[in-house]
Amino acid sequence: MAEYNWPEASKRSLIGKRISRLDGPEKVSGKAKYTYDLKRPGMLYGKMVRCPHAHAKVSSIDTSAAEKMPGVKAVKIIQDPGSEIQWAGDGVVVVAATEEHLAEDAARAVKVTYEVLPHLVREEDLSKAGDRAKPAAEKVAGDPTKAFSEAEVVSEGTYSIAVITHCCLESHGQITEWEGDKLNVFPSTQAVTGIGGEFVKALGIPATNVRVRMNHVGGGFGSKFNADRWGIEGARLAKLAGQPVKIMLERDAELMVAGGRPSSFAKIKMGAKKDGTITAWESNSWGTGGPGGAGMPPLPYVWQIPNQRMNHTGVATNIGPARAWRAPNHPQACFLTMSAIEDLAAALKMDPLEICLKNISLLGPRASLYQEELLKGAEIIEWKRKWHLRGDTTAGHIKRGLGLSMHTWGGAPHNSECRVTINPDGSVSAELASQDLGTGTRTVIAIVAAETLGLPIEAIKVNIGDSAYPPSGGSGGSTTVGGVSSSTRRAAADALDEIFKVVAPALNADPANLEAAGSKIQVKGDASKSMTWQQACSRLGVKPIRANGKQPDPAKGSLASSGVAGIQMAEVTVDTETGIVKIEKLVSVQDMGLIIDAKTAESQIYGALIMGVCYALYEEKIMDQATGRMLNPNMEFYKLAGIGDIGTLVVHLMTGQEQDARGVIGLGEPPVVSPGAAISNAVANAIGVRVPSLPITPDRVLTAMEKKGGLT
Amino acid sequence: MRAFEYASPTTKEQAVALLNNQWGETEVLAGGMDLLSLMKDDVTRPGRVINIKEIKELHGLQYSPSTGLRIGALVTLQELLENETVRKEYPSLAQAAEGVTSPQIRDLGTVGGDLCQRPRCWYFRGGFGLLAQDSSGKSLVLEGENKYHAILGNSGPAYFVNPSSLAPALIALGAKIRLFGPKGARDVAAGQFFVTPKTNQEREYALKTNEIVTELLVPPTGGARNATYEVRQKEALDWPLAAAAVSLKMSGKNVTSARIVLGHVAPVPWPVPDAEKFLAGKTVSEQVAQDTGGAAVTGAKRLSQNGYKVQLARVAVKRAILRAAEGGA
Repeated sequence: MAEYNWPEASKRSLIGKRISRLDGPEKVSGKAKYTYDLKRPGMLYGKMVRCPHAHAKVSSIDTSAAEKMPGVKAVKIIQDPGSEIQWAGDGVVVVAATEEHLAEDAARAVKVTYEVLPHLVREEDLSKAGDRAKPAAEKVAGDPTKAFSEAEVVSEGTYSIAVITHCCLESHGQITEWEGDKLNVFPSTQAVTGIGGEFVKALGIPATNVRVRMNHVGGGFGSKFNADRWGIEGARLAKLAGQPVKIMLERDAELMVAGGRPSSFAKIKMGAKKDGTITAWESNSWGTGGPGGAGMPPLPYVWQIPNQRMNHTGVATNIGPARAWRAPNHPQACFLTMSAIEDLAAALKMDPLEICLKNISLLGPRASLYQEELLKGAEIIEWKRKWHLRGDTTAGHIKRGLGLSMHTWGGAPHNSECRVTINPDGSVSAELASQDLGTGTRTVIAIVAAETLGLPIEAIKVNIGDSAYPPSGGSGGSTTVGGVSSSTRRAAADALDEIFKVVAPALNADPANLEAAGSKIQVKGDASKSMTWQQACSRLGVKPIRANGKQPDPAKGSLASSGVAGIQMAEVTVDTETGIVKIEKLVSVQDMGLIIDAKTAESQIYGALIMGVCYALYEEKIMDQATGRMLNPNMEFYKLAGIGDIGTLVVHLMTGQEQDARGVIGLGEPPVVSPGAAISNAVANAIGVRVPSLPITPDRVLTAMEKKGGLT
Repeated sequence: MRAFEYASPTTKEQAVALLNNQWGETEVLAGGMDLLSLMKDDVTRPGRVINIKEIKELHGLQYSPSTGLRIGALVTLQELLENETVRKEYPSLAQAAEGVTSPQIRDLGTVGGDLCQRPRCWYFRGGFGLLAQDSSGKSLVLEGENKYHAILGNSGPAYFVNPSSLAPALIALGAKIRLFGPKGARDVAAGQFFVTPKTNQEREYALKTNEIVTELLVPPTGGARNATYEVRQKEALDWPLAAAAVSLKMSGKNVTSARIVLGHVAPVPWPVPDAEKFLAGKTVSEQVAQDTGGAAVTGAKRLSQNGYKVQLARVAVKRAILRAAEGGA
């Protein structure tokens, strides 16, 4: 029986070390080809005719002029007259032409008339939402009425966090190409295995006729799981034209129609004892993610407050569709909750760190882990020395403040299959229809296979990004690392077991008594009885070893689990004359179970912190009620942080027996949850008043200070 | 992007002969940092694009202590800010160029382009016209999203802000802008170059449809200390929320006369004579600088979302004065 469990710490040569990502050189040198870079023989460019109205019914469509334009090979109506459009920028007609600009010209030549319908694109004032507001049933736990009447301190606040987009660097899109009745799809996707099924269903072709390939993806963040209208219609258009068609969204379309993170607004009341013990929570929240409204984020976040009352209203709007955004609903819930807790601490004139530690038992099964992380973070950021009561009272217009937040996420492994092949020449491959979102999935697969086989990482050829390989789950919900590391470990362990059987007679040993280490196969405890990996593989003759590993595979134990704890602390300075916030330092202390690659794990957290700075200070999908349009669908006014805006980022990875015992857990989402709350809390600590909304823009800072009575 | 005719003249005479008498029919291409975006977004749809980069005399930068600085219209923002004379004599120009936070724009964008770039108003860029009006002619700005719009000179119908980074400093320094057209060259004071359009068909500058900017002429400072301060939210690519350029004639710490011009707060760069008078004769201190800032915004009119820009303009003036007074010249 092969050894499936993870090796113990002292026996790991690669797992948990800091290993550079395998595709790094390819990416930084520009050699890596993304879908956006691909060109297929005879390929046409597809462009959408987009509806300029936020809510409208298609009245008529005239494509005759477009069809006669130079270079135009196909024109297809995708939303017939009578169709109701729910957001500006939705595609109505798609055209394909030999050059991109010819396709643009042809799209402009399509005449569409609309019956314009009333729209709503602003949700901050719930009283204006009318019947678009859809209240959910009240949720109550414990006895909140009694708890508030007995509370020694009650703190109240109103908070909001804006709709933002995913703003993928590589926009959404794909090439669709027919070979007879077989369809090749080259998408920019988070789901190489899953996306093919949508083409099968929509086009009515057998699953065996769809092949999906993708080497690299320029960001997805939860918005790239589906084939999407542009994918399915692209395939139909390619069929119609008899040539491959590439459709990649333009930057404005990317920001308008390819998904948004729902907003959250909330009036929150918290009750506590004078000593800081939290006793009660009440929230009235609302938000929108587009026509589907928005569900209630998980309030109160992380803290299991004994007495709670929650009401939530989803607001249906015409802002474009919501899509899962890295840690769906958590950043909103975290910002609302951790802001309210910090405001409670300020009302009590207590240190929020002290409040958190005092109430640590409300954090459930990982309470002690949170406690350990809080203390670690406090040490790194010098909380005790730097923290002050709300409002920096030192002279000058630059005020300094500290804030903290905490978060969780599941990150259970997705289903995955891996095929490991050991060839007679000694080469090894691992194949999965998975994808590397830039997180280091390739590297993780190679590390696990190499560790298991006792080989250096360079010895493993990782093949992913092709649906011809064994199926593996979509990369969402931080599920990939657990899934692919489990399936790869099992496949490699079974393959090793097979090679042990082949070489055991030559080493005069029982196969069960062999081990692989240092590119050798040897008798356990007797390194003198060994042969090199090459020698061992040459004994395979002409027959490679192939082994398949699966996740889940209960008979082979469990290598991954779910549920992590993390804390973050922010140090900011605020220019109280201009309202401009600068990040000085962000500290992330993160638990993720057993770490496969410490370096890519750190990178993952750096990326999350930067993304967090963006939504804390800059990002907002700004909608105009009069026109129903997004006003900032570009990279000038849809603001993102640059290198000078992110401050010093410090990452501390939690490691040790507790982490090892829980196996591998996903990391993608958790570290992006807390930055908004930690930064907002630090700003409040600096200037002495809560800026109630994210992003924390200069106008909002100055308005909050003016309400408080000003500092300048 | 629509198909267009492309011309690449080598003399300014050829260039202006290729221009015609209607805005938008032809567009001038220098660095292309703004024009290409406008064309890609289908905001500008020229039938002819005239590349002026092959006109040699529009390049180059010369300085003489007696006549001052001559900046060819095609000098890039990066060339300007790296020039030692500019840094020493005209720090307000170098600081303004540094405020253009995209290295790509600094490297390719020209001083002429900085003056002639179109407003960054998101209604204009979104295809709602220069004056951002709905089909009935009502302003979309007044009841819409106006946090980046004008706080001065905003009696309408234009509410956008002038986007030029260099203009406030050029005006404060008393620069002239030399234009060339079919009738030859003419000079306009930098302060007269910008105009507030009354219709969607007009432009925001005093160029005629068949003229181009050829050079900027900045007089000697006469020892005036000058500085620019921009309030910008981000370090990385971002447009200023408010800016001020000042040029101070000083005797010791005492200001004998001042030129103060605001940027990004009105449809044109906005000189503030009341603030200039207030500062003249005073000794620079934090308080005096702050009060001068206050005097600069007394005429400001807040729209529904942009009241904070009044404070930012005030601070920009204060910090520009302090920066100028600290720096030598």
